[in-house]
Amino acid sequence: MAKTLPKTDAVVVGVGWAGGIIAAELGKQGLKVVGLERGKERGVKDYYVIHDELRYGIRYELMQDLSKETITFRNHGKERALPMRQLGSFLLGEGLGGSGVHWNGHTFRFLPYDFEIKSQTVKKYGESKIKGLQVQDWGITYEEMEPYFYEFEKAAGIGGEEGELGPKRADPYPNPPMKETPITARFKKAAKSLGMKPYHMPSGNMSEAYENQYGAKLAACQYCAFCERFGCEYGAKADPTVAVIPFAKETGNVDIRNFANVTEIIHDGKKATGVRYVDVQTKEEFIQPAEMVILTSYVMNNTRLLLTSKLGRPYNPDTGSGVIGKNYCYQILPGSAGFFDEEQFNTFMGAGALGATVDDYNGDNFDHSDLGFIHGGSISLNQSGYRPIQYNMVPTDTPKWGSKFKENSIKYFTRALSIGTQGASMPVQHNYMDLDPSYKDAYGLPLLRLTYDFTEQDKNLYNYIGKITDQIMKEMGPSKINDRQQLEHYDIVPYQTTHNTGGVIMGAEPETSAVNNYLQMWDAENVFVVGASAFPHNGGYNPTGTVGALAYRAAEGIIKYSKEGGLLA
Amino acid sequence: MSEQEQKQESTMSRRRFIRNSGLVAGGLVGGGILGGLIGANMNKDGTATEENAHTNGHDQVAYQQSPLYFTNPETFGILQAAVERIYPKDENGPGANDLDVPFFIDHQLAGSWGNNTREYMQGPFFPGSNFQGYQSPLKRHEVFDVGLAALQTYSNEKFNKPFAELEGEQQDEILTAFEEDKVKLRGVTSRTFFNILRAATIEGVYADPAYAGNKNMEGWKMKDFPGHQMSYINQIESEKFEKIKPNSLHSYTK
Repeated sequence: MAKTLPKTDAVVVGVGWAGGIIAAELGKQGLKVVGLERGKERGVKDYYVIHDELRYGIRYELMQDLSKETITFRNHGKERALPMRQLGSFLLGEGLGGSGVHWNGHTFRFLPYDFEIKSQTVKKYGESKIKGLQVQDWGITYEEMEPYFYEFEKAAGIGGEEGELGPKRADPYPNPPMKETPITARFKKAAKSLGMKPYHMPSGNMSEAYENQYGAKLAACQYCAFCERFGCEYGAKADPTVAVIPFAKETGNVDIRNFANVTEIIHDGKKATGVRYVDVQTKEEFIQPAEMVILTSYVMNNTRLLLTSKLGRPYNPDTGSGVIGKNYCYQILPGSAGFFDEEQFNTFMGAGALGATVDDYNGDNFDHSDLGFIHGGSISLNQSGYRPIQYNMVPTDTPKWGSKFKENSIKYFTRALSIGTQGASMPVQHNYMDLDPSYKDAYGLPLLRLTYDFTEQDKNLYNYIGKITDQIMKEMGPSKINDRQQLEHYDIVPYQTTHNTGGVIMGAEPETSAVNNYLQMWDAENVFVVGASAFPHNGGYNPTGTVGALAYRAAEGIIKYSKEGGLLA
Repeated sequence: MSEQEQKQESTMSRRRFIRNSGLVAGGLVGGGILGGLIGANMNKDGTATEENAHTNGHDQVAYQQSPLYFTNPETFGILQAAVERIYPKDENGPGANDLDVPFFIDHQLAGSWGNNTREYMQGPFFPGSNFQGYQSPLKRHEVFDVGLAALQTYSNEKFNKPFAELEGEQQDEILTAFEEDKVKLRGVTSRTFFNILRAATIEGVYADPAYAGNKNMEGWKMKDFPGHQMSYINQIESEKFEKIKPNSLHSYTK
């Protein structure tokens, strides 16, 4: 029998970037917040022996324990979905701070084009250009989003310089860019000579010691190269456990409970009354009543909790109607690997978001009239630091094991550089999420089922941008460049990116979107669903900057709702 | 019993164990059946000596060179022979056995990774497509049991000899057949076994020496990887390549 706890103003499900920001902002306004986090408490103090590639980089110590919960996956609707038994393609987070603990810190703002992708594309190229794509406008413009982006950048201490082709900024970045290295300079020189406009990647690793609007002090990054998949022992990475959660607690209004796994949103069909959760250590069950329920877990769990709680209209891939589970998107990642026989680089030094980027082939910054795809991607050289187990870059014709593999993987560890793209991903009717009919989690609830494959749009984008990354790499002067693999079917095994989006998308109309532009559910006005789950498509940048901005937008909406009630948009 | 005597007895008992198991017959084959099992306590001519129990001239025993998972020296010998073909000793430096990779794998199989404790292992099980990932009901340690036994069976059938006694090219031929999924195993595909074996070998070459492989950081030294360093802030802008003496996790506590 579940124990019912005293009612609170807001219950926040999942305490990472979005949950941390919303807890801090609500707490500041005097609202009482209960933050429920299924994983353990953690912080800088826990990263004393963090430079251990096997433990964190390969065995994924900071990631989700799949024995308790995973997803199932299939490429198309006629296939049987099977469990993702091991982490691979993307790395789900767990624990206080969520993935904000072990991200790299690439912090971009999505383009003005992203927020109005449907209307701008149709206006310029005609309706036929988006045929087969389920793209839609976000119900908010970049101009409206601008102040929220800046609020997040201040919280996260982002260091950068404005790119000529990126979104216009009202204020400079709160921190200067990261250092220039021989590797980033080499990329910029090559891109410039091809007429592109490179700039330093906006970074959530502190280029200088920094204090944010919450009084959190972040140290300067040491370029130690253990960043993505690791926590920062210096507190030099923008991490919610450093940047926002301590302030949230200091308000005295925020009660964060760890090991609290939410299993149900309790509701009457119109409004939520609270949530049910299990203490994963003692297995005790609790009901936490609340005036407002705010979902801030990852894309998959925001979607799944709504579906298992039967809140909102589930998406139907046969008709395209319904919204929960709609428009799952990923990212398309063309790139080039170059091998430099005569030069040796300090590839093992770096920082998560140390790099250089061009936007010349991102969004609608180039003409798509004769191209079989829309959008594009940001192209970067990221010097995050090679580690010896994960990085065995070898020329294409090298065997996968034996003496020649050994020779080349040793030789090129410090003599290979790679250029990558964050390629935009467009929604189609048959890529979506729903509940799996047979597999269950440790609490007996159905797993989320992902149905996803790459499309012609994706393949065309991949092939086109891949030629551009080859051009830049060639200009950097390597001895050889690897042939790129063809983009065929999406494979859940090799690591690609943890930039999953969609499922609870935002928009201007209740028929086609799940939440409005305050991230408030159309079908349940006291429920807010925040995160990359709200992206109607995935853009050509890393998503966290836009997630952070949406969290500030939602916080404003939640505070407004607590005073006025009703639908905010 | 003094510590010195304990060491001696343990070395002696292992020698007896090997001799009794009949594995000495083939001598040191393909990187050394004996070499790995007795590890550092071994001379080039294959004799174990008390002096060599003090590795690297320090008064320390390499206690990590003990099997925690494998209980059968023949199976361990197959593993030693296989990892040496994947990462051989050559002009570029030490191979998997010199780096104690078999002990790394042995220890990994005895722990959380070998038992898939953080992975979804609930049924029902179906083979799945090429894009759906690992779908075997076997845990990794069971995959190694099945896979190593199959290497031996396949070797005996094809070459009439145990895997560890084959020539290098013959061993490669067998490993390639496994890699190409041409061998039928029970509960798992031969490709899956090979891929885990390959990945674990590379991990054993380059993981922190705390995990029993990458002996003396020799794996890192080959790649010019300096291991755990607190900061590169003063070198990150350097135009020249920086050769830096590696540090392991041990330096946190020493």
